[in-house]
Amino acid sequence: MPPGLKRTPLYTTHLNLNAKMVPFAGWDMPVSYPSGIIAEHRAVRSSTGIFDVSHMGRLELRGSAACSLLDKVLTVDTPRLPVGRGRYTFVLREDGGILDDCIVYKLGPERFLLICNASRRDDVVNWLVQWMPPEPPKLIDRTEGTVMIACQGPTARDTVVGLLDSDLDNLMPFGCSELDVAGKRILAARTGYTGEDGMEIIAPAEMSNILWERLREKGATPCGLGARDTLRLEAGLRLYGQDMDTSTNPLEAGLARFVDLSKASFIGRDVLLMTNERGVTRKLIGFEMVGHSIPRHGYAILHEGQQVGTVSSGSYAPTLNKNIGMGYVPTALSALGATLFVDVRGRPVEAMVVRMPFYSRTPPVASVRR
Amino acid sequence: MSLYPTDLQYSKEHEWLRVTNDGTAIVGITHYAQQQLGDIVYIDLPPVGATVEQFKKMGEIESVKAVSELFAPASGEVLEVNEGLLNAPEAVNKDPYGKGWMVRVRLKDKGETTRLLDAQAYQAMLGPTGH
Repeated sequence: MPPGLKRTPLYTTHLNLNAKMVPFAGWDMPVSYPSGIIAEHRAVRSSTGIFDVSHMGRLELRGSAACSLLDKVLTVDTPRLPVGRGRYTFVLREDGGILDDCIVYKLGPERFLLICNASRRDDVVNWLVQWMPPEPPKLIDRTEGTVMIACQGPTARDTVVGLLDSDLDNLMPFGCSELDVAGKRILAARTGYTGEDGMEIIAPAEMSNILWERLREKGATPCGLGARDTLRLEAGLRLYGQDMDTSTNPLEAGLARFVDLSKASFIGRDVLLMTNERGVTRKLIGFEMVGHSIPRHGYAILHEGQQVGTVSSGSYAPTLNKNIGMGYVPTALSALGATLFVDVRGRPVEAMVVRMPFYSRTPPVASVRR
Repeated sequence: MSLYPTDLQYSKEHEWLRVTNDGTAIVGITHYAQQQLGDIVYIDLPPVGATVEQFKKMGEIESVKAVSELFAPASGEVLEVNEGLLNAPEAVNKDPYGKGWMVRVRLKDKGETTRLLDAQAYQAMLGPTGH
């Protein structure tokens, strides 16, 4: 094992299951189990898969100033967030660039939980500290004392409800609920990163093995980061560090609906307002390979022989049985159905701009816009 | 079937060669290789008529996570390509020595096979991690 990698509370469990381990954002994580990425991907689309996502940052903010601090740094209208609700949102820099994409949960009137990318946890903490008012809220990093398990798939909610508490069945999408199990506090949220319905569970680290084992006993399939990536890509979900970073803003990334420009004030608002008025010069598109090759992160996107963009994410998509990808191209070249080429290790291979998400668990209604 | 059949010869790059009486040989990748790669989703093989050179790149094999090079275990002319792998590359994972065969070549020089390993030597090379 390379020195210095962090281990989640489920590390030994992954080794016992013969997982292939890889370094990811400073953590030693399972990329797949012996069943393989495609089988794990299919398990999530057809039944229930479980993922150890304990590497992600879990930051709790408490106190009367918590709401206003979050309202300042997030693109969501935080005061209007009801207790027991989460929202996908952005932390932006002053120039509108994305510092991280997160989920914020309101657990109580003065208690919030911010889930951020593992690779961005330090940056998010520093940013929150930087913007704290003179009488700051309390910031508690809950990451290393807790386990986070994502339970995803058509039967995932039933599995978790059956295991933890029947009241969880009432959770709306992005709803969250705290419950006491055997004297310990668990948070369950109806969220996920796969395009399937499901729950994410946050519990004290000492419960990690018992939760994982009970979920497996109920038929859940352990899944690694490999399947997590193919699932989220099919669902059109962006990955920070590939599809978004500090050089991109939410409007270019096609995620304007998660930025509340009607909010009076938040960091990055002014630049985004201007960008919104002028229009974006480039857009994150989804594309499907026409030629028989797999697009990968970093490959050039070509138009009339010239590079016009770069593949930000790309992979074989097991559910679609196609090769798909995302990348930024000039707005003029981003129309649905447009032909582009991807430079696959020296060969230009034809691709077509398609609608995202590439896969949807409910068939899209005609009136729903991209 | 054994993970490393004794009637095959092996290269250090994890390809196998099955020499037949008629001066041709079949090429594929080993159990160890398919296991390391994970789910194979695409294979790029040389066309019929192409010349391949021992230990030089002859194609590419892609898994979900990565692209790897395929090296020819022996020199020769490609006579036949397993077209079935285009639509069912997973055959390489499931049956690397049977349905997962990749190309048949007319061997240029049968003497080249002395540079390959037998099953025992290949397994020894894999060491305790190979199984």
